[in-house]
Formats: sequence, structure tokens, C-alpha cells
Amino acid sequence: MDAAVRELSYAQAIQEAMAIAMDMDERVFLMGEDIGVYGGAFQVTGDLVERYGTDRVIDTPISELGGAGVAVGAAVTGMRPIFEFQFSDFATLGMEQIVNQAAKMRFMLGGEVSVPLVMRFPAGSGTGAAAQHSQSLEAWLGHVPGLKVIQPATPHDAKGMLLAAVADPDPVMIFEHKLLYKMRGPVPEGHYTVPIGKADIRREGRDLTIVATSIMVQRALDAAATLEGEGIDIEVVDLRTIRPLDRQTVIDSVKKTSRLLCVYEAVKTLGIGAEVSALVAESEAFDYLDAPIVRLGGAETPIPYNPDLEKATVPQVPDIIAAARDLVKGIR
Amino acid sequence: MAGASKAVVDSRANLPFVYRQYSPEQLRGVLHKMYLIRRFEEGAEECYTRGLIHGTMHLSIGQEASAMGVCMPLAEDDQITSTHRGHGHCIAKGAEVSRMFAEFFGKTTGYCKGRGGSMHIADVAKGNLGANGIVAGGIPIAVGAALSSKRMKTGKVVVSFFGDGANNEGAFHEALNMAAVWKLPVIFVCENNGYGMSTSTARSTAVKNIADRAAAYAMPGVIVNGNIFSEVAEASFKAVERARAGEGPTLIESKTYRHRGHSKSDRNRYRTKEEIEDWMANRDPIALFETELRDFGFIDGQGIQAIRDAVAREIADGIEFAKASPAPEITTLQDYVYTEHA
Ligand SMILES: Cc1ncc(C[n+]2csc(CCOP(=O)(O)OP(=O)(O)O)c2C)c(N)n1
Ligand SMILES: [Mg+2]
Repeated sequence: MDAAVRELSYAQAIQEAMAIAMDMDERVFLMGEDIGVYGGAFQVTGDLVERYGTDRVIDTPISELGGAGVAVGAAVTGMRPIFEFQFSDFATLGMEQIVNQAAKMRFMLGGEVSVPLVMRFPAGSGTGAAAQHSQSLEAWLGHVPGLKVIQPATPHDAKGMLLAAVADPDPVMIFEHKLLYKMRGPVPEGHYTVPIGKADIRREGRDLTIVATSIMVQRALDAAATLEGEGIDIEVVDLRTIRPLDRQTVIDSVKKTSRLLCVYEAVKTLGIGAEVSALVAESEAFDYLDAPIVRLGGAETPIPYNPDLEKATVPQVPDIIAAARDLVKGIR
Repeated sequence: MAGASKAVVDSRANLPFVYRQYSPEQLRGVLHKMYLIRRFEEGAEECYTRGLIHGTMHLSIGQEASAMGVCMPLAEDDQITSTHRGHGHCIAKGAEVSRMFAEFFGKTTGYCKGRGGSMHIADVAKGNLGANGIVAGGIPIAVGAALSSKRMKTGKVVVSFFGDGANNEGAFHEALNMAAVWKLPVIFVCENNGYGMSTSTARSTAVKNIADRAAAYAMPGVIVNGNIFSEVAEASFKAVERARAGEGPTLIESKTYRHRGHSKSDRNRYRTKEEIEDWMANRDPIALFETELRDFGFIDGQGIQAIRDAVAREIADGIEFAKASPAPEITTLQDYVYTEHA
């Protein structure tokens, strides 16, 4: 098994997963803007068009609403589309088909159809692309029953969760942080899946639970490594899926550490941190809490262009260190 | 802008439209601005390469005649909506390159106070309601501005710039329909540079010409060579007249070409080197206009050199201004999210 594990970038891991999915199943195909000869805005599809042809790697016109709808229609009638939004921000243009159609079609038709659709959304800030190309909209979709919403944080999970998504009979929305695309990590060869709906304890600890998503997982791990030197022992839970939520893993972790810090990039208010906080407050873990729950999320502002403002808009490692330290030392 | 005197007009009777319509000084001013656009973008590109500017940018090098031609008949308080490839539109509508550079450098003196950057460059005082990060995002907004103009009787004409790629968004179709039904003073300008990112119009668009779409919305559809300033300006002039007369919208397709890649991460895999070089060598809009001006006796070599020198100084000064300007304080992070109450 170990021999078959190599280092790949997050983008390469996704590309490999899509190739495996297409090799395994004739029904799988890719759709999106500039995913063919251009290779995708972030080079995730790369040269797949050379290997699979333009029938299976389809460049759409710049038509997100129509494109998303075509993917829904193909999914309902026997195909297995993987649809790439060039930026997650453009989900706003496809929202009608995602929210009103893909999410509800099975329900509205009384279970007569399924919508085995995968949509991929390059998300997040940090690239200087400003307010319309840097958002984190995963909680929007996480609010919609009928959708599954995942945020893999490592190359390993990016591949395994995409393969799980393709095998899933229901629509799965994958939010991929753009800054993760170049991140390298061990990825097994061949087909494997990482289950949707299951969080991962990325680091065990006794003093504090950090529940993080996407790029914040790595930042939380970096913060934990620093605080280890101060004798603070942090547990990092990588949520991985925001719908359906793995409540039990969060509850068990908080029962162990008695402190909870939620870290996510999306705007803090009404975000995933609110949901995680509430689920703990509503559970038996509440009685174990030694300190108030703390959330670190994005500032209540669109993402600014200026690089220093942009950085200040979302949690960075020093912010996580400071919040974690305060929590453990009882300063809050 | 004012027209030329009658005597001058008569002596130029056989020349193309703009040479009859505008004074030699105005036309030399156009050349100046076309150079300003070109050098601004080259300067921005160089600053980006040297790591002074972050993010990305979409250069309109090769499309300067289109921006200038469309804006030529507009008055200062007429309005435009622009695109991600909007530096040329911004300068053509009257913006100062110093404040544009400042924006690219993320400074408080920039047009968007460092919040917007290249993709959101605007100059509201000069009627530029903003570039846009969303393809086709500005088209309905232009229709809304035209609705304001009509309801508020301001007489303003609104131009919406967009690319060939934008004509396949629903917003384009919905906006054109409303503009036509309500006979609004708006001009839709499709700058067709042959590609939406990597996708050629042949692969993305069912009709051969974007202007053919006008028929579906019962408005005139006009095709011009977007690299010939005079052609673009003439079409724009007529569309402005029509809009001001209350006769409704026009769709102008300005066929042009971008010399640079789509953005800073383009490997140009979808087009040939020969194609790019052909456009650069044989159809450069600045070279074409400069030659015309010279041939018709509106400028000589010295005059051209003077323009180039003046532009070089403006660019250098603009970059210096940007560098010397203050960056926003982190404490101002939440400014401008909502309207401040006095
Ligand atoms: C709604 C939306 N979809 C996709 C994009 C990504 N994108 C930015 S520019 C562009 C190409 C636009 O082509 P066109 O309209 O022809 O303008 P050009 O870039 O050629 O000037 C694409 C796909 C976007 N910004 N907005
Ligand atoms: Mg184009």
C-alpha cells in the first residue's frame, strides 16, 4: 500500500480523481469554462482534454446558469457530469439550477429520479482577485437540503472525496480553496474514497478543540505546532463536510478538551461556525465546556483588493494562535 | 465634444467621418489617449512583473481604437459600464492614469481607495460606473442607468461595454430585451476580440456575428472594424444620436483583437503565434490611426514624438504618484461596506 503513495499537489489529486472516474465509468464527463485546451483557470483539468477528447471534456460558453442546468438535466437522465465553476463566486449565476432544481428534483418528484451531479467551486481569498473572485459561499449551499457540501483540505482528501462524490447518487458540491491547489501531500494511487459526512481528527490534543474547514485546517495545524512549544495541546478537527455535518466527532472532541474554537474563512456571521457552536451548545458536550465557545471567521466585509487589507479580512495563523492561547489560559 | 468649423469641414469633404466631424486638435488628442492607454497597460504589466502590483489584470492592448472610438461622441456626464478588460474604457472616458496606478498599487488615492484594483477600476465622477469582475454583469446595470436617464430626464446616454463571451450570458439577452421594449438611451458595445478566454466565438456562439443578435431585440445591429478609430467613432456617433433622440438602443459589434493573453496566467494555447503576430504587425489600431493622421496631414513626425514623450512623462509621474501614496489603514477594513450616516 505504502509503495503506491506519492506526493501530488491538490490540483493534481483532483485531476487524477477525474481521470479515474472517467476510466471507470463511461457516463462520467466534465463540463466547464475553459477546462479544455486552456486546462482550467487553475490548471485542474490540465491536459485531460487530450486524453479524453472534447466529447468528455466540454468547454461551455460563458453561461453558468445554462451550463449548470444542462449538467442537472444530463445527471437526471443517466449521465454523471462533473461541472466546474471557474470561480465559486459564479455559483451566484448558477444558483437557480443548483438550489431550485438540482437540490429538490428528487424530493419534488417523490423519489422518482436522482441527480448524481458533482460541482466543483474554486473558492476563497488570498490571490488579490478582489471582491467578486474571492468569496467563500459554501454556507449558502450548506443551507439547502438535498445538496451535500464538502471542503477537502488535503490532496489525499481532495481525490478520495471527489471519487466519493462521483459515486454518490445525489448532488455533491465541492469547495476547493484556490490557495490549496499547489499544496503537496501524499496521495495513494488508484481508486479509493474518503467518505462524505465524516470529519477527520487531524491532530489529537487535550486542551482545546479547533474545528476548522478547508485552508483553515492547515493554519490551525500550524498554530497548534507553535502552541505545543508553550505546552498547549490542541486537537484539530477537519470538518471536511459541512452538509451533512459529522456532529458526533465534534461532540466527542469537545467532551475531551472542554474548549471549542471554530475557524473558517467565510464571513463569520451566519457561517459554519455558528452551526458548529450551536450543535455543541445543544449537545451533552455543553456541560463539559470550561470556556465560552469562540469563532474566528472572515470580517463582515467583501474581500478587498489591497493585499494587507485582504489578509486582515480572514483568519491567519497568528490570529488562531492568539485566540487559542487566550481560550486555554482562560482569558476569555 | 464640439464639431469643427464649416470651412475646415469642407476642405476635408472626402475624408472619413471623424476627420470631418472633429478638429485636428481633437484628433491629435485621440492619438495621445490611445498612446496613454497602451503605455498605461505596458506600465501596469511591468509593475506586475516586478511584483509591485498583485492579483491579476486583463490588458486591452490592441483594442485602444475601440475604447476611444466609442467614447469620442460621449459627453462628460454620459455614462459607461465596463468590463474586466476595462483600463482603456476608463482612460477613454477621462480618468487620470495617476489615480488608476494608485488603485493598482492598492492605495487610498486610487479611484476605489485600494479596495477594487484593476478589475473594479472606475471613475464615477467622469461617468464610468465601473469595470466588472462578472462577465455581462455591467450590461443590465447600464440599462438601469439608461432608465434613470429617461425617468429623470437628464439626457444622458449610457454605453455598456462587454466582450464576445458575455453575449452568451442570460443577462445580455434579458438586458437587451428590456432596453428595446422601453426604448432606453443605451448603446451596447460588444468588443469582439475573437475569444472569451480560450474559447473562440466559433465554439461558443451560434450566430456568426454578435450583431446578428440585435434582430432578436428589434434594434439596429452594426458591425465595425474595431481597430479603425474612425469606423468605431462613426458608428458610436450615430448610436448616440439615436439614443438622444429617444429612438432606443443600438448594438455595436466592434471586431478587434487582444495582443496579450487573457490574463496574467494565459499560455495562449488556443491560438497561434502567427495569428497574434499578424494582428500586431498589420492591424495595430494605434499604427493605423497614426498613419491616417499623417497621411491626411493632421500630424507630422515631430508631433507624434511630442505625444509619445508627453505620454511617457505622464506614465512615469503616475507610477511615482502611486508609489508615494498612502496605503489604507487596517482599521478602515470595514469602510464603505454600508453608506456612512452623518
Ligand atoms: C460570470 C463570469 N463567468 C466567468 C468569468 C471568468 N472570465 C472572466 S473574463 C472571461 C472571458 C470573457 O470573455 P469576453 O466577454 O469575450 O471578454 P474578453 O476577455 O475577451 O475581453 C471569463 C470566462 C467571469 N469573470 N464571470
Ligand atoms: Mg472576447
